[in-house]
Amino acid sequence: MLGAATKRSAAEEGKPEMSERPAGVTSTEPVTKAGRGAKTIEARDVDLFYGDFHAVEGVTMTIAPNKVTALIGSSGCGKTTFLRSLNRMHELTPGARVEGHVSLDGEDIYAKGVDPVEVRRLIGMVFQQPNPFPTMSIYDNVAAGLNLNSRRVPKSEKDAVVERSLRGANLWEEVKDRLAKPGSGLSGGQQQRLCIARAIAVEPEVLLMDEPCSALDPLATLAIEDLIAELKNRYTIVIVTHNMQQAARASDVTAFFNLDATGKPGHLVEVGATNQIFTNPTEKQTEDYVSGRFG
Amino acid sequence: MSQVDTTTNAGQLLAAASGGRRRLGDRVFSRTAVVAAVTILALLAGVAIFLVSEGYPAFTAAASELPEGKTFLDYVAPLAFGTVLASAIAAVVAVPLAIAAALFITHIAPPRLAQTLGYLVDLLAAIPSIIYGLWGIFVLGPAAVPVLKWLEEKLGWIPFFEGPASATGRTMLVAGIVLAVMILPIVSAIAREAFAQTPRKLAEGAQALGATRWEMIRMTVLPFGKSSVISGAMLGLGRALGETMAVTIILSVSGAVTFNLISQANPSTIAANIALDFPESSGLAINALIATGLVLFAITLVTNMAARAVIARQNHE
Amino acid sequence: MESASVSHSPELARPSSLLASGAGWRRRAKDRTMTVLIAGAFALAMIPLISLVYEVTKRGIPGLSLEFFTSDARGVVGEGGGASHAIVGTLVITGVAAAISVPIGIMGAIYLNEYGQGRLRRALTFFVDVMTGIPSIVAGLFAYALFEIFLGPGIRLGVMGSVALSVLMIPIVIRSAEEVLKIVPNHLREAAYALGTPKWKTIVKVVLPTAFAGLVTGVMIAIARIVGETAPLLVTTGVVDSMNSDPFHGRMQNLAVYAYNEYRSPGVFKQAAYDKAWAAALTLIAIVMLLNIVARLVYRRYKTEIR
Repeated sequence: MLGAATKRSAAEEGKPEMSERPAGVTSTEPVTKAGRGAKTIEARDVDLFYGDFHAVEGVTMTIAPNKVTALIGSSGCGKTTFLRSLNRMHELTPGARVEGHVSLDGEDIYAKGVDPVEVRRLIGMVFQQPNPFPTMSIYDNVAAGLNLNSRRVPKSEKDAVVERSLRGANLWEEVKDRLAKPGSGLSGGQQQRLCIARAIAVEPEVLLMDEPCSALDPLATLAIEDLIAELKNRYTIVIVTHNMQQAARASDVTAFFNLDATGKPGHLVEVGATNQIFTNPTEKQTEDYVSGRFG
Repeated sequence: MSQVDTTTNAGQLLAAASGGRRRLGDRVFSRTAVVAAVTILALLAGVAIFLVSEGYPAFTAAASELPEGKTFLDYVAPLAFGTVLASAIAAVVAVPLAIAAALFITHIAPPRLAQTLGYLVDLLAAIPSIIYGLWGIFVLGPAAVPVLKWLEEKLGWIPFFEGPASATGRTMLVAGIVLAVMILPIVSAIAREAFAQTPRKLAEGAQALGATRWEMIRMTVLPFGKSSVISGAMLGLGRALGETMAVTIILSVSGAVTFNLISQANPSTIAANIALDFPESSGLAINALIATGLVLFAITLVTNMAARAVIARQNHE
Repeated sequence: MESASVSHSPELARPSSLLASGAGWRRRAKDRTMTVLIAGAFALAMIPLISLVYEVTKRGIPGLSLEFFTSDARGVVGEGGGASHAIVGTLVITGVAAAISVPIGIMGAIYLNEYGQGRLRRALTFFVDVMTGIPSIVAGLFAYALFEIFLGPGIRLGVMGSVALSVLMIPIVIRSAEEVLKIVPNHLREAAYALGTPKWKTIVKVVLPTAFAGLVTGVMIAIARIVGETAPLLVTTGVVDSMNSDPFHGRMQNLAVYAYNEYRSPGVFKQAAYDKAWAAALTLIAIVMLLNIVARLVYRRYKTEIR
């Protein structure tokens, strides 16, 4: 069921500059001016465990660059667990284990010798609850990725990054006059956009979003969905959502996860172009879910 | 648009350089944390080891070499007796008062005062013990003298109040009461927490039956908080066992082993004995004092561990 | 028991006869009695507090004087002399104790909350519990024994007192720091990890700043707890009359030991000595109260609101 998801889209934003790549990497996606491109993630036979509990089994899918891939399914079917395995956050839970293969642009992110911290720099994440750092100002929140990653960046560059990220998150106009104020003074929707700005400030190649709108009101949700539509031009985006309408609105590719029964591992039922999944799915389970018969 | 190379390319995932640097920072920091943990354990082990090694000579020494010409057992037994007696008085007096204070704060006083009242009770714990000692000997003792006389007259047939009543108030009873005041905040704080956490459904169940407030307390709050209160009482007891200065100052010591609480002749406690004798002691006498300290440590250890066992058993239910 | 109700309608007659019936009356009387007893017990518990504060203030004020704060007791046989050496001693001994305990305590709490697993963690939790129960005089004996091994018997040093106080202070710091670190929500750590931050930087730049106010408060309260300790210092730092601010040489005493000593060996001018003891006690209480109040104010002012 990998159909349309693996087709690469042509002509993305910016000149397709080829940066230096080490031998052995064969991806040829177009890159942005910054020298990096939105990348492909390949998952193959991924099994996820919490201790002995088999949470997710046998997921194989490709996440295409410059597309929004939505992971949908009812609660507890493993979509967030799978999402967190893509940037090596899953293993932070004590006892959690990953088996299988996940690669970013052809490079196995779970290979021996790969630093998970490095992986997380390349694959950013936005969480369900907006979580700006409470002790930092808006400016420092956006720049947190720079500050925390031990690179000395001159102030002028930092200013530019902060502005660029806030603009990219559609938040610049609203906060440009109060960058020194704490991040906690913003509304929920603004806080979430702040977290998005923070995530893109480090120019990840993929952006993972775990139900980013579930804590927000409908207006803020719409603003974020518009933002996602813009962001996909520059990044690969994977978004977990329990809101089917959102998946239908905002994504290009949809992956449907399901559980056979409580206690059983979640698994990927079907993945394909969003249009197709919602109007003409292949699996009966998918059809039952998207037509609201369960979930 | 400026370009900030803040990350490496996907192709440099295996770059050892930055990964190595980062892993060093992580390693140094986590090692330091482990070192701190180990240091603390070593400190505790050190306390035990040093006490045993310094105290040991007194265990094996002959009676003639030890202070007061007694064997170590004979030396420490009256002190242990005094320690337990004073602490028992403290517990008997403090626990009911602490329970009452906790009930008052959690169920009877207006809820918005609860925090302030709790703070006031906790204030008792902040006062240094030397001040309790001075207060005990200069204020409570003299004030207690008439009470001691009354006890001797009316209840003198009970061994506790045999008398003759002390004229200065420097008695085991007064010392015990001062200790009670000192441990009251500990017991009360634990009781307060337990009472405040009585599940609503239990309390409301009683009230729905038409129970009065006291009946509700008796039927639900007290039984629910019972094991917390017991462990709180034991923790308070542990604190009283180790208390030094108040007893040192207040008690008029004669070394007699007696249950008479209101007279001038009292046993000392282990802690007070050390405080009184240590500054002027040398040689084997010091070893003897340290050995008594070890005995005290053992007693408080057992009490505290028993208290935690009670809590642990309750948490598992 | 006659119903007090005037109405003759059957519905109203019943409730009032219930109220007036024997069982209800007795039960409510008991409820009232118990309420009074409990309130009375609380008042009884408050009496010592009031008496303490009152007496210390009343008896301590006569002893306060400029001389009390500015001169020490060296060579004094008469009524004069002050407690400046005790005040300095308090600051030095407590300061060194804090310098030892705070880093160890906070790193220990970081270990327990951020790193610890398995046996070392369980052992540490258990033993920190044990440490909180060590009698203060035993901590003093330990410090004495420790230094005796290296420096021989009969030694009295300021830093020995600090070591003894550290044994008492470390578990307090660990417990309160652990509580505060636990409150820092995990999603903040995850946000930092998701940005590619190494663990130690997350702790230093996100967790600790968020917990900062609570950590400072915990430390101040721990200091307040040990600033008035006497027993462990009697066996370690000894008694001395003159000013000494060097913890590594010579005896030193703090305000508590000073008060005890003035009481114990008042000399010829008993009342003057007792006055000074009470004055020291008053100063001590003032310091403790100040630390407690400032700690709470600091917490309220600087705590991080986590929405």
